[in-house]
Amino acid sequence: MTANARANILSRLRATTIQGQGPFIVPDAPIIAGLELSLEERIGRLQRMLETMHAEVRVVSAGGWLEELKAMLRARTLNGLLYGPAAPFGPALEGAWEEDLPPLVPYIEPVEQCRERLFNIDAGITSARGAIAETGALILWPSAAEPRLISLTPGLHIAVLDAGMIFNTFAEAIDQQHWLRHRMPANALLISGPSKTADIELTLTFGVHGPKELVVFILS
Amino acid sequence: MTKTADAVIFERNAAKALDDGQLRRNLRSAMTTLSQRRRTLFADTEAFEQLRAQGESIRRRALSQLPALLEQLEGRCTANGIQVHWAETAAEANAICLDILRRHNARRVIKGKSMVSEEMHLNHFLEEQGIEALETDLGEYIIQLDGETPSHIIVPAIHKNKDQIARLFHERIPDAPYTEVVEELNAIARQELREKFRAGEAGISGVNFAVAETGTLCLVENEGNGRMCTTAPPVHIALMGLEKVVEKLRDVPPLLRLLTGSATGQPITTYFNMITSPRRLDELDGPQEVHLVILDNGRSSIYGDAERRATLQCIRCGACLNHCPIYTRLGGHAYGHVYPGPIGSILTPQLEGLDEAGVMASASTFCGACEEVCPVKIPFTEILRMLRNEAYAQGESEHDVKGHGYRYTTVEGLSWKSWALYNTRPGLARIGSQILGKLGQHLPMIGPLKEWTRTRTPPPFAPKSLHQLAQERGLDNDR
Repeated sequence: MTANARANILSRLRATTIQGQGPFIVPDAPIIAGLELSLEERIGRLQRMLETMHAEVRVVSAGGWLEELKAMLRARTLNGLLYGPAAPFGPALEGAWEEDLPPLVPYIEPVEQCRERLFNIDAGITSARGAIAETGALILWPSAAEPRLISLTPGLHIAVLDAGMIFNTFAEAIDQQHWLRHRMPANALLISGPSKTADIELTLTFGVHGPKELVVFILS
Repeated sequence: MTKTADAVIFERNAAKALDDGQLRRNLRSAMTTLSQRRRTLFADTEAFEQLRAQGESIRRRALSQLPALLEQLEGRCTANGIQVHWAETAAEANAICLDILRRHNARRVIKGKSMVSEEMHLNHFLEEQGIEALETDLGEYIIQLDGETPSHIIVPAIHKNKDQIARLFHERIPDAPYTEVVEELNAIARQELREKFRAGEAGISGVNFAVAETGTLCLVENEGNGRMCTTAPPVHIALMGLEKVVEKLRDVPPLLRLLTGSATGQPITTYFNMITSPRRLDELDGPQEVHLVILDNGRSSIYGDAERRATLQCIRCGACLNHCPIYTRLGGHAYGHVYPGPIGSILTPQLEGLDEAGVMASASTFCGACEEVCPVKIPFTEILRMLRNEAYAQGESEHDVKGHGYRYTTVEGLSWKSWALYNTRPGLARIGSQILGKLGQHLPMIGPLKEWTRTRTPPPFAPKSLHQLAQERGLDNDR
């Protein structure tokens, strides 16, 4: 049945006699005024845009972010912090961990073996592969080192971003990070804040099915 | 003239919707807000027009090479490990889904928002097969609880206010307290669905854009339910209409911007989810199987006609609904079909046939608001006019829309023939206009005249015809 469907559909599409429908020249993306931003401006715009969407942004030095993370976590009551031990910051995180902090929970088994735990943990931390200043969004490429659910099931998602990886636009990120030369990950993501909805009377509320909070550490 | 069933239903629905004060208030406030947010985001009209031109080109370029891009998409997806299925009809697509779900023994399916699945009536079909298909987008969840269908393609429960939802939750969700606080309603849904996400045996989603170049399926959402449905269960089925394909990854950023901005005035949604393969060997999560179902269901017949093809440019942002004077007063249910508003009015009659849904093409004032806001510049009014013409085109028609000529009647055919005769025979016209000048006021209001004057005041006939007036002035126009 489906083998025929394919042939039938394609032959119907090819039976068309429309002329002059291509080729099309796609005009360049319109440059939004002031979007050739300096590094500092990119950090500022990203921060502003993310905060508008209720994310919390902390711009910190690469050497000091762990201390700030620990201070932030001490002020909260959390049952654990989910992370990938092979994440870029994995060894540093483990080395810096202390008794009085929520326990570090490594994500090392397939989801089938730890589903309950993943759906009940309060916080997760991942790296971000980059970010987009224009619209305000993080780029995540989950992988074996940092699986997909770390940024989804916990109520608090913490993301760690290198300020040098903030691009002006989404298109620029695709070009400069050479997305086409890499093998695309099973799941690439743009994330612009904690999960939200406006499905009831268009009233914006945060924390629906994904994380209720997003905290971004921008390492400058 | 006798009316078709869809016209009778539409008129009845429209009258009911117009009488429903609550619905009118809910819609008015929501549609005003959505259109204002869109205007604010695209305040720089010059930049917006550039972006729009780009969006239109991208979509037209993709359509111009549609069969090749679909094959490329299939090839890339297959190489990435995504299993691709083709379905000519909704029934075939349903059967494909059922087959996949049966192989996985999946009885509890979690669903992200998908208009194609509405078009397939998938939930109903699966239910009949003993499979629970749970909608997880908050708006979709609300209307599923109430046994309704979406009234808007982006905000499906927009016809309901929080009091109505409060009652619904209290009545239908075990142990849910009565609350009209939106945050609390939201929390109830979150808690209810969390367990479903954990235990879901399969996930079903739509597709916003499918990138041929990389074999990537893109999904746009805010709630995280889309990510849940495509990440947590062991199998993910993505459903797409065959027009959703774009050529390159670089085509995605402008379309994404146009989509979220036009839909809700957001610069970007919370999540933009790009899926290129199932879980890879070394990975710990993600579905082990990803299936892509490419649905035709009448689209290929639209594709073959130059004028009709523009219908397939649509990226389903819903801006045409939010700005339509008809939609904003009636809401989506009155249309009686899955896709409401201007996009529904041009798409549905072509998919289902004019004889089934032709009345939708008349649900327009030709004000052109839809055309003005459309992010990919679909020529709505041209297509609407074409569909109205097709409704009367007997025998072979220029655009060959399914069900064309359904409104043609012998009486009407004769009327037009007489009209032609009258206007090509000066003698006949002279006598006729003299008679009408005297007796026109007393024409019996029956048949089409009765119908036409039901909502219009009949214009008075001039006592003297133009011909007579010209003669009195000494003009001789007979040669």
